[in-house]
Amino acid sequence: MMDDNNKPKEKDAVSGIETTGHEWDGLKELNNPAPRWWLWIFVLTVIWSAWYWVVYPAWPTLAGWTAGKYGWTQHQELKSSQEEITTLKGKLLERVRTASLEEVRHDPELYEFARAGGAASFKENCAACHGTGAEGRKGYPNLNDDDWLWGGSLEQVYKTIRVGVRSGHPDEHNTQMPSFGRDGVLKPGEMDEVAEYAAHLHEGGTAPQTEASPRGKEIFAANCSACHGKNGEGNPDMGAARLNDEIWLYGGGKEDIYSSVANAHAGVMPTWEGRLPDDTIKELAVYVHSLGGGK
Amino acid sequence: MLQKHHKLEKNSILMLIFIVIVVSIGGLIEVVPLFRIETTIEKVQGMRPYTPLELVGQSIYIRENCSVCHSQQIRPLRDEVERYGHYSLAAESMYDHPFLWGSKRTGPDLARAGGKYSDEWHVAHLKNPRDVVPESIMPQYGFLMQQGAGLTDIKRRLETLRAVGVPYTDDMVKDAYNDAMAQAHPAGDAAGLTARYGKKVNVRDFDGQPDMTTEMDALVAYLQALGTFVDFKGYEPDMDEKTAGGNND
Repeated sequence: MMDDNNKPKEKDAVSGIETTGHEWDGLKELNNPAPRWWLWIFVLTVIWSAWYWVVYPAWPTLAGWTAGKYGWTQHQELKSSQEEITTLKGKLLERVRTASLEEVRHDPELYEFARAGGAASFKENCAACHGTGAEGRKGYPNLNDDDWLWGGSLEQVYKTIRVGVRSGHPDEHNTQMPSFGRDGVLKPGEMDEVAEYAAHLHEGGTAPQTEASPRGKEIFAANCSACHGKNGEGNPDMGAARLNDEIWLYGGGKEDIYSSVANAHAGVMPTWEGRLPDDTIKELAVYVHSLGGGK
Repeated sequence: MLQKHHKLEKNSILMLIFIVIVVSIGGLIEVVPLFRIETTIEKVQGMRPYTPLELVGQSIYIRENCSVCHSQQIRPLRDEVERYGHYSLAAESMYDHPFLWGSKRTGPDLARAGGKYSDEWHVAHLKNPRDVVPESIMPQYGFLMQQGAGLTDIKRRLETLRAVGVPYTDDMVKDAYNDAMAQAHPAGDAAGLTARYGKKVNVRDFDGQPDMTTEMDALVAYLQALGTFVDFKGYEPDMDEKTAGGNND
């Protein structure tokens, strides 16, 4: 035994606590051991960890890991917490899954349920482009109005959400308007006239032939009416926009229309099949359809 | 024995030896499991290394510190799976060097951003986020439209990643530059690219400037690829859990 331990313990006069017996240039260290409660908690954590190793997945092994006594996994935890919600939504969700869209539409309880679910999914998945209130913006359609590129019936909205537009889905909506200017189909003067004509289509059932576009009607009939309709009424089967209203996806000024004729737009909407479960897509269709413009 | 610590404290060599022993125990416990880390990576279908263009996009993502505000990890919690999609797997970031899991979500998680928005949306959003998301506080990255994607060292980047275990083949390395150009030019010949990286690779002019391969092209290509590789149709976590480790060779 070294002398340190055999020395009589010295008490510090001020605090009344024993010193360790060490001295450095007149400074002495008080012997304050860690509090007992702290020590016990430390011991408890050690015991806890041993228990944890037994019960939960913990140690890596050469070929995997120790699985724990009860085979607990995060995945099962997730599954059961998802089931908890599914049980709460219960029968209603199951009915959304199995019912046809028309059935959902005509069952008030189911309809409200689907609409509420759709509203929540819309905020996460659709609002980025179509806006929080589905108000859209240039290039991204407003979903509150009754002007639909690909049709506004419940079934058509459902299909558009499911397959997307130019999305890569095998059944995607994918018609493409020609770029009349870039591909040299129309001359700048002709595009100018047809743009002028189109800009005024909404003013009457048979659009006026203004002085600025004497040949606008002819050019329209020859190049545009096959898809956009004789009077610009559009064709949802081909995604051809209705032109005889005042709703314009890429701007309704003559300049904007000219640019759309010259370099056709090809907006893209992602496919949601596979990304969202089918019941969620149904709910979204119900919600979008309910916004005001549904047909 | 507790009384004998002064022996240790007064003998520096002995002290040193004991320090080495204690530190080694801690170190070994932390390091040794990593030698078998591959046993914890799920066996999945469809995982592939990034294409050269996506890789450049990832470097821009790193350079602009996107991961400070955006995480790339969907945790297996109900709310997150509900919002972002299937939880992230270890396999999905096994070719990321460095991984970009992040730890803070000022913006949303991006682990499954691929395919969720159109290219046009991404370009508009990166130019001025407020144009499409009025409440956004994200900075503007419009300058990416003006900067070339910087493909001069792309081959060496692939080689470097190969050195740390990413399975780029000789052909992938050899044709890295061409593959990067082909991916951003739909009019060009992308047959080699899709043969090497799979048919699912997005071949498009991502930024709407067909005559230039910009950093915007690269970043959008990267974002559109995020979380789209693994085929979850055949993936069953619980079954996988038991076989993934056990069947490792």
